[in-house]
Amino acid sequence: MGLRGEAAIVGIAELKPERRPQGPFKLPIEQWADLAKRALDDAGISPREVNGICSSSSIREASMFVPATISEYLGTKVNFAEVVDLGGATAAGMVWRAAAAIELGVCDVVVCALPSMPGPQPPQADGRPRGMGFGASSANFGSPQAEFDIPYGNVAQNCSYAMIAQRYAAVYGYDPWAMAKICVDQRTNACANPAAIFYGQPITADDVLASPMIADPLHMLEIVMPVSGGAAVVLAGKERARRAKHRPVWVRGFGEHLEIKTPTYAEDIVKTPVGPAAEMAFAMAGARRSDIDLVSLYDCYTITVLLTLEDAGFCAKGEGAKFIKEHDLTYKGDFPCNTHGGQLSFGQAGLAGGMSHVTEATRQLQQRAGENQVPKADLAFVSGTGGVMSEQAALLLQGD
Amino acid sequence: MTMMEKPLPVPTPTSRPFWEGLRQRKVLLQRCLDCEVYVHYPRSNCPNCLGANLEWREVSGLGTLYTYTIARRPTAPQFQDETPQKIAVVELDEGPRLTTTLVNVDEAAIKVGMRVRPVFEDVQGTEVTLLRYEPA
Repeated sequence: MGLRGEAAIVGIAELKPERRPQGPFKLPIEQWADLAKRALDDAGISPREVNGICSSSSIREASMFVPATISEYLGTKVNFAEVVDLGGATAAGMVWRAAAAIELGVCDVVVCALPSMPGPQPPQADGRPRGMGFGASSANFGSPQAEFDIPYGNVAQNCSYAMIAQRYAAVYGYDPWAMAKICVDQRTNACANPAAIFYGQPITADDVLASPMIADPLHMLEIVMPVSGGAAVVLAGKERARRAKHRPVWVRGFGEHLEIKTPTYAEDIVKTPVGPAAEMAFAMAGARRSDIDLVSLYDCYTITVLLTLEDAGFCAKGEGAKFIKEHDLTYKGDFPCNTHGGQLSFGQAGLAGGMSHVTEATRQLQQRAGENQVPKADLAFVSGTGGVMSEQAALLLQGD
Repeated sequence: MTMMEKPLPVPTPTSRPFWEGLRQRKVLLQRCLDCEVYVHYPRSNCPNCLGANLEWREVSGLGTLYTYTIARRPTAPQFQDETPQKIAVVELDEGPRLTTTLVNVDEAAIKVGMRVRPVFEDVQGTEVTLLRYEPA
């Protein structure tokens, strides 16, 4: 079952995260085109060769017919057009869909792009105050969230992740210092990456634990900072990948798992969909956890990293804190994790934040990560998390 | 600046009995007649067997605290006046879980696993009653 590992990531594009974007505003569709061009140039592939596109549903210019809109705008004729709606897992979800389509022979070169810069406002904007929405929570009539969660303030992500952490604390115990170490190690990685939003700003565990409590037990520095940015990858089939500019990064295995939208209704709130997704990815690739050279774990919060380490099988359930304390998670360490700084320190550029886990793993496997380069980087595990541990996608990427 | 309106539940034809029950100080849950599980939130089809034979039953509303957090920043601007907010998940004795907020309890006294009981809060100027919880 699964992929043969004959589709590869061959090009990447990534905009430097920015708190306040510099330069002229571009429409999301313009950002899409720009990211596609950069990723194709990186691969050394002509736009004429593209015959597949993968997008998120959040292109402001269209609420339906998104791929057709993009295809027309780019002047790209495609046999494979996909919209992926998996929140933070969208990037990983795009990569395996593109790889599967390529292996089926539907297409040969697929661009997956996630623009995440603010765009210009339409001239007739009605001036209503922003911030009236409920983030990823649906306030539509008939939505279970609108009826049973939002009225109680259970909206956005902070409080739900905090409730997962609080339950984890009650079941397995909680080590705030270990959680802070995730931030510290990732910040070390960011301090070696000039593109990271927190480049040149090291932190200590004390800094993390002294930062304001946002929703118990999560401190401010354990929570991602939204930034402006964007990211894209290009995938190609076996033959085309071998003629691309860089070392092909084969998609060897993937897994995806969804159970719930709101953690209140999870079977077990601390047993996440990472488990089945990772299990499928490893089984498909025929790889062991100990074969992995580096991991790119979705890190919207420290608790996300802890649960992913456990549920993906890198340590036993309940032993995540011990694992974090026993290992050096920096690019110099014995368990390199989020070598670009992770979203916690690189920055979370919307859905492109999740794509940064893919682009960084690719950069490492292509041996072009600069100061952050992990000496031996042949096999990487990448995870994507959407919603509140509700949507999970995992990838096993292998350098040629 | 005007106070932003709080988001309130808008009952659907399927869920209306639940909210009408709260108005009368009763907690109603759906029970699946095919596979005999209790269901919450209300649905057209049982999430265990997808059967459509669901019947309303009154239950005590008693449960245990499954998890919680204290939101020290408003989770949305509309909740500014309730902050810090003790957002919680309660596991009802019949099995299903629900989202709520804890009332009449000090922060230090909140413990995962504690027994809790329902508090019916009529929302002023509306027909809505929210289901909050306090230590039992």
